[in-house]
Amino acid sequence: MSEYLLKVKDLKIGAHVMPPNEKPFDIEIVHGVSFDLEKGKVLGLIGESGAGKSTIGLSALAYGRGSVSITGGEVHVNGRDILTGDKTLLRSLRGHEVTYVSQSAAASFNPSKKILEQVIESCIRHKLCSDSEAKSRAIALFDQLGLPDPATFGDRYPHQVSGGQLQRAMTAMALCPKPDLVIFDEPTTALDVTTQIDVLAAIKRAIHQTGVAALYITHDLAVVAQVSDHIMVLQQGKTVEYGTVDQIINTPKEAYTQALVAVRSIEHEEKQPTATPVLLVEGISARYPRVKSDVLSDVSVELHPGQTLAVVGESGSGKSTLARVITGLLPPRSGKVIFDGRELSSALAERSGEDLRELQMIYQMADTAMNPRQTIANIIGRPLELYFGLKGAEKDKRINELLEEIEMGQEFRNRYPAELSGGQKQRVCIARALAAKPKLIICDEVTSALDPLVADGILKLLLDLQKIEGVSYLFITHDLATVRAIADSIAVMHQGKVVRYGSKSKVLAPPFDDYTDLLLSSVPEMKIGWLENVIAHRKMESAGN
Amino acid sequence: MMRIPTSALIGLILTSAFFLMALFAPWLAPYGVGEVVGDVWEPASWEFLFGTDGIGRDLLSRMIYGGRTTIFVASAATILSFTLGTTLALSAVVIGGWTDMLLSRFIDLIMSIPTLIFALVVLSVVPVTLPVLILVMGLLDTTRVYRLARAVAADVNVMDYVEAARLRGEGTRWIVFREILPNVLSPLVAELGMRFIFMVLFVSTLSFLGLGIQPPDADWGGIVKDNKEGLVYGVPAALLPAVAIASLAISVNLVADWVLSRTTSLKGGR
Repeated sequence: MSEYLLKVKDLKIGAHVMPPNEKPFDIEIVHGVSFDLEKGKVLGLIGESGAGKSTIGLSALAYGRGSVSITGGEVHVNGRDILTGDKTLLRSLRGHEVTYVSQSAAASFNPSKKILEQVIESCIRHKLCSDSEAKSRAIALFDQLGLPDPATFGDRYPHQVSGGQLQRAMTAMALCPKPDLVIFDEPTTALDVTTQIDVLAAIKRAIHQTGVAALYITHDLAVVAQVSDHIMVLQQGKTVEYGTVDQIINTPKEAYTQALVAVRSIEHEEKQPTATPVLLVEGISARYPRVKSDVLSDVSVELHPGQTLAVVGESGSGKSTLARVITGLLPPRSGKVIFDGRELSSALAERSGEDLRELQMIYQMADTAMNPRQTIANIIGRPLELYFGLKGAEKDKRINELLEEIEMGQEFRNRYPAELSGGQKQRVCIARALAAKPKLIICDEVTSALDPLVADGILKLLLDLQKIEGVSYLFITHDLATVRAIADSIAVMHQGKVVRYGSKSKVLAPPFDDYTDLLLSSVPEMKIGWLENVIAHRKMESAGN
Repeated sequence: MMRIPTSALIGLILTSAFFLMALFAPWLAPYGVGEVVGDVWEPASWEFLFGTDGIGRDLLSRMIYGGRTTIFVASAATILSFTLGTTLALSAVVIGGWTDMLLSRFIDLIMSIPTLIFALVVLSVVPVTLPVLILVMGLLDTTRVYRLARAVAADVNVMDYVEAARLRGEGTRWIVFREILPNVLSPLVAELGMRFIFMVLFVSTLSFLGLGIQPPDADWGGIVKDNKEGLVYGVPAALLPAVAIASLAISVNLVADWVLSRTTSLKGGR
């Protein structure tokens, strides 16, 4: 018998597409992928969205989502071909020999059942052990994964624990039936950076202690480098490169892998502050209606013309609220916003057209930031019409210029947002903001929904446009790698307060306060052994604990 | 260019047949609407294709003219309720605050009174003419459209592109008609088919009760009322309007289904 736990040979996966008003047809989304996985080893599957990594991961359960089905090749688990197996085989396989950890734990737990009940369910269903034994197993796993009060943790409901804890509970659920293989499908992608490394460390520890094999699916090469033994790079359903972690990170062979490794390496020279800032935020405190505590307390920052101020913090730190105050969507309780030498009125309705024009905003989700029923030309053309009264040929010419500026051609004019890729959508949003010829653009997590390579392209574009147009950016993000790439000055926010503020070189140079240190050290680096190093040197616990 | 599924095609043909019939009634009907041309309850013959009614009028002609009235009243009331309901709902959502609160509670208040009873009370105190009938039916149905449109629009109102339009400085009218309306149309169109059929049933009910279309004008509800005694003697005249209403309802809904499936998938819409 072979010693391979999982053997995938020439796997082909197809999908049945049913476009409206057209004949349904089949497409192939995975084109002959092969790999082996030994007992106790971890293989990282990495690639952009649409690369087929989740689809391949699920094939180890002989499962296809929706209209997806496995059309060719072989998948062997423990020496048995599971694709030709009957229902009994699949039943003994799924949730026992092979288990699955999904990206969103919050959506995967049943909100009306206690956590423990759900964690031990597959043990009980598969009649692997008695009720009490399963419970003690689960409690041991909670302990192993570093969850607080392991003995009583399981008595809580899913909404009573944090996102990072729930993700670890889901890992416990996967490990409880003592599987041979666990599939981790982007288990840390939805978490804050500081929480991500706790979960990552917990998963890594659990894998080592239980000796389980794992498929680790992610789009972040730095993350997968921390937990895997081997890495397989995928692009559009094909294997690009396969090798050990060391080989992929340090000596990538293929151009695509090299690009993935080199991502986040944009260099940006810090600019010196000028005499008059374009935006001056003074002592802003704000709270939402019917909430009795401040979301922002006494926030003061300034931004100089043609420069970028990065506002950094975890979710809930108040960084998006700051944007809402500046744009006038949320009138502050105290403090003022001075823009280009004049004080902006706190309510949106009282601001002049000129105020609105000079202050534009780009959103995180380009999908929802554009009206799906308007063409690209309409979306970009509207600010031209509204602010400058452009019509007809003049407007068309300007639209073409803007499309040129965002490195997209005129052929996109009559397309709808749904017909664009994620990166293209974000580019159109940038063009819409630029169309107003603003002095300041607020960028709210503009790259966090994008694949790393695409995000890199957007950041480069924003930097280029800053040079040409002289526009300032207020850049809201949780990603410190992005900050390093584009900021001139940085404000670190924690629980509604600015805890550290100054030029990039100052903020990113020691000595650090505890929170900045935690935040900085949590950004995954593409180095083997980085995770252990960080965990060993932390000064402060992350909020997820 | 566009492939129309068979079911929608059937619906489309039947619906347009009904509407064309309504439009060209005076040319299609073999006899006048109030003309007494034969004996009481004559069976179907080459002269009278559907037979005659309780006082000897040609049933086919009555059905055609009746369809004209029914479809006209129902269409007018549906258009009224949709324009009014959607505009009110979208404005309420976009303006928000007290406007939304007052309008929504007022609509709730009207909805708490059974529609038919409300209509009967109003129609028994004011003279029943076509405009009054359309107005009463349309206004009562506005409440239903308002509720649906408000629910759907509230979902769209929180989208970033609506916020972006606000930040751009767009007025309420632009936000209502350009940003929100195109994105709530598809569920509303499906509802349009349903509401139209409810309007057909509503006007038929009112006429059956004697408060709708007044004699000698014909409508489908009135034909049932005029001929219901015939059922006792085995005369099927009263069943004809039922068949007409049923086939109209089905064909309109086949079209609405198709429109819904087309618009929801259109350019990545909702």
